[in-house]
Amino acid sequence: MSYVLNTGPDQKAMLDKIGARSLEELFAFIPPELRLKRPVQVPAALCEIELQQHMSELAKVNRSADDAVCFLGGGSYDHFIPAVVDAIAGRSEFYTAYTPYQAEASQGSLQAFFEYQTLICQLTGMDVANASLYDGGSAVAESVLMALSINPKRTKVLVAESVHPEYRQTLTTYQKNLSTQPVTLPTPDGFLDPDALKKAMDDDTLCVIVQHPNFFGCLEDVEQLAKICHERGGLFIVSFDPISLGILKRPGQYGADIAVAEGQSLGNPMVYGGPYLGIMACREEFVRKIPGRLVGQTTDRNGKRCWVLTLQTREQHIRREKATSNICTNQGLFALRAAAYMAALGPQGLKETASLCLRKAHYLAEQLQQIPGVSLRFRRPFFKEFTIQLPGGVPGMLTRILQKGYHAGLHLGRWYPSLGNCLSLAVTEKRTRQEMDGLATALTAEWKGKIIAE
Amino acid sequence: MDLKKLRYAPTHEWAILEGDTCTVGITKYAVEQLTDVVYIELPDVGDNVFAGDSFGEIESVKAVSDLYSPVNGEIIAINEPLISDPSAITKDPYGKGWMIKIKAERGSNLNKMLSLEQYEKQIASDNH
Repeated sequence: MSYVLNTGPDQKAMLDKIGARSLEELFAFIPPELRLKRPVQVPAALCEIELQQHMSELAKVNRSADDAVCFLGGGSYDHFIPAVVDAIAGRSEFYTAYTPYQAEASQGSLQAFFEYQTLICQLTGMDVANASLYDGGSAVAESVLMALSINPKRTKVLVAESVHPEYRQTLTTYQKNLSTQPVTLPTPDGFLDPDALKKAMDDDTLCVIVQHPNFFGCLEDVEQLAKICHERGGLFIVSFDPISLGILKRPGQYGADIAVAEGQSLGNPMVYGGPYLGIMACREEFVRKIPGRLVGQTTDRNGKRCWVLTLQTREQHIRREKATSNICTNQGLFALRAAAYMAALGPQGLKETASLCLRKAHYLAEQLQQIPGVSLRFRRPFFKEFTIQLPGGVPGMLTRILQKGYHAGLHLGRWYPSLGNCLSLAVTEKRTRQEMDGLATALTAEWKGKIIAE
Repeated sequence: MDLKKLRYAPTHEWAILEGDTCTVGITKYAVEQLTDVVYIELPDVGDNVFAGDSFGEIESVKAVSDLYSPVNGEIIAINEPLISDPSAITKDPYGKGWMIKIKAERGSNLNKMLSLEQYEKQIASDNH
């Protein structure tokens, strides 16, 4: 944070300017019962040197992915970020979180967003992408609002239980006062059974939402699910992992109508737990229903290529209550980073990144299954994340393993009571064999005594 | 089309009731205000519409506007070709640019709508 001056003379200058004689007079209109009548209890002021020391002490308490080997996933991943991403995003012309208010005056930003949209379309195989949304969870929720405006006559929203639990919470919040009926489809075997979907579908089904790969890391039978959904006239919404598209089929190829994602993986660091970047893309016939900003390419009066905001007549500042959305905050800076990341890697780089994740995740899964009492929880193909069943309590183990230098994974019991002894691990291209073997050794030691004792 | 036979809404729709069939479009003045019409969204045949409620929307390069129904009833026809090419709305708003036909509820009438003379007065005062 920048240094903000607030000395006695500064205060006096401000008070003089607005015509108040004292701070007391400035606050006089606040009813006495609302006023704090004692000094605020904060420690005495520190000098700048002391303050910097204090802040770095506080920062040391945090164990970031740089301080411990990170196998955490569930939407936020420790992928490698090439230096070029920081170099481009850090340029002063770009370095703001906001879409410019006089958009067309900022041709550089609009060009960058246009390129982001183009890259997202190429990545997903969808026709149209917007200039980003708030995060992965709100992108899922916005996709339901979008489905509702495409087909206002239907009400049932089917969501697989294997979709990120926090995305589903966001969805519940959004739907609280809507006409929709949310239905969660159980996934006891770690994926949505196509037969179960078939039974749940009816002519009132607005949309089906799946995540692929899903929250447990497992692949869903997306082609089959899309077909079943479309047979009854539903819209198929998929939440995807951008990195997985280096080797998995693209949503546009298996029949997704709306494709959404958390875009953190694309060149954005794991910071402050999000929000990161909401990705949204759709088929061309729904272009008038997609929320948020769309940047289009055109020519100026001199015939030169330029960029403009497109279909703005549907945006909140023009159409208020009839806008496609009034809560579709975008993430300009993270979208820019994602564009720089995708451009730097290219299709070949993304493919290599994805295959490294896949191979390393499978290596680690093999190693962990050697530990007595540890097994893969679900018998399904997986990409870079997988779920293991452990012989004992997870939370205490996580604390002990962290002391040995490993963020071992996510405790699934936090969201799924039936998965109390389950841990989800994510393996990115950054993990080395040594790190993975190290985790396996630490976990072996963790359960060894216990198994013998039992 | 004899414009005197039509009735007009302050929201710039025109309507005519023949038997129980009510045909609706938008006026030449509305078209001129919208400028280039790029897109129209119409209801499905079989949908119910209600007097004063929106039955669809029209988009120009300048704005998106709702289209309002003059009567309660059921949609019995929509002008399908407009969906792929809405230019007929601009070229022939009272003929080929018609939008929907409604089977009006029994006892419906257009008495609350404006006559051509009243509508022209409204436009004139809007422009001052």
